[in-house]
Amino acid sequence: MGSLDDFLAMGGYAVYVWPAYLLAAIVLIGLFAVSRAELRRRERHLQALERSRGAAGHRRRRGGDAR
Amino acid sequence: MHRFASPARFLRLAGAVQPWLAGGTLVLMALGLYLALFDSPPDYQQGESVRIMYIHVPAAWMALFVYACIAVASASLLVWRHPLAGLFAKASAPIGAGFTFLALVTGSLWGKPMWGTWWVWDARLTSVLILFFLYLGLIALTNAFESPERGQRASAVLALVGSVNLPIIKFSVDWWNTLHQPASITRMGTPAIDPSMLWPLFSMAIAFTLYYFWVVIVRVRGELIEARLRALTRLQTEGR
Repeated sequence: MGSLDDFLAMGGYAVYVWPAYLLAAIVLIGLFAVSRAELRRRERHLQALERSRGAAGHRRRRGGDAR
Repeated sequence: MHRFASPARFLRLAGAVQPWLAGGTLVLMALGLYLALFDSPPDYQQGESVRIMYIHVPAAWMALFVYACIAVASASLLVWRHPLAGLFAKASAPIGAGFTFLALVTGSLWGKPMWGTWWVWDARLTSVLILFFLYLGLIALTNAFESPERGQRASAVLALVGSVNLPIIKFSVDWWNTLHQPASITRMGTPAIDPSMLWPLFSMAIAFTLYYFWVVIVRVRGELIEARLRALTRLQTEGR
């Protein structure tokens, strides 16, 4: 286990190196998670809205896709 | 029709490339982390603290790159009124702010053991701090208006004005005396850095770039749905 301890100690710079990597992980994973949660929430909202509009709500979207 | 055709084309393209961007990000991130933490040597002067570089330098590159992308999108929003450009800029700003924040904090964590201080008010550090505030300003301004189009246009103007900061950041280490070291990768001739340190750096840089495009696609898709939601609710209230 000596080599693992050496690795974690980072030659005495552990308190600087590990927070840098940890923070990068938190920021990158956090940004992605927030972005995807927001997308999912809006998708659910849109589905609910389109259902409530029912058959009468013809989709304008189709016209755009056909181009 | 043109207004709808282009987001539809974007959604098709986004659906096709998104899994590749996600996969590429994860693979290169894993490779970059392995090279950065296990396979690269400690620096002969800085010891193991040099490993902070593999986060700090790619994050700082991305801080500039994302801003440059926002500036280009802002110009095309203002000149051609392309609706996707405004959404792209809006979706990019929080990611750019995240990278700038990372560059600042990891720089601070590197500066403490190497320079003996967390922070100095020199040209490089101050201009990057200004970049961070510019990002925050873009986010705030985009959301400050009742009409999303007006918010995006106002923030596009700020983005273009703020882009003078990019060359200032780039050349700050040459123009002013600073603790921060000058560029060692892009200097003329051979880079002043060993290949064993270059590979983890490039892996992380490409991983960060792919991450940016991956997450920006997720965010633009969200913005497109939001725009559709707004149109639908407007239709509903007018229909009554």
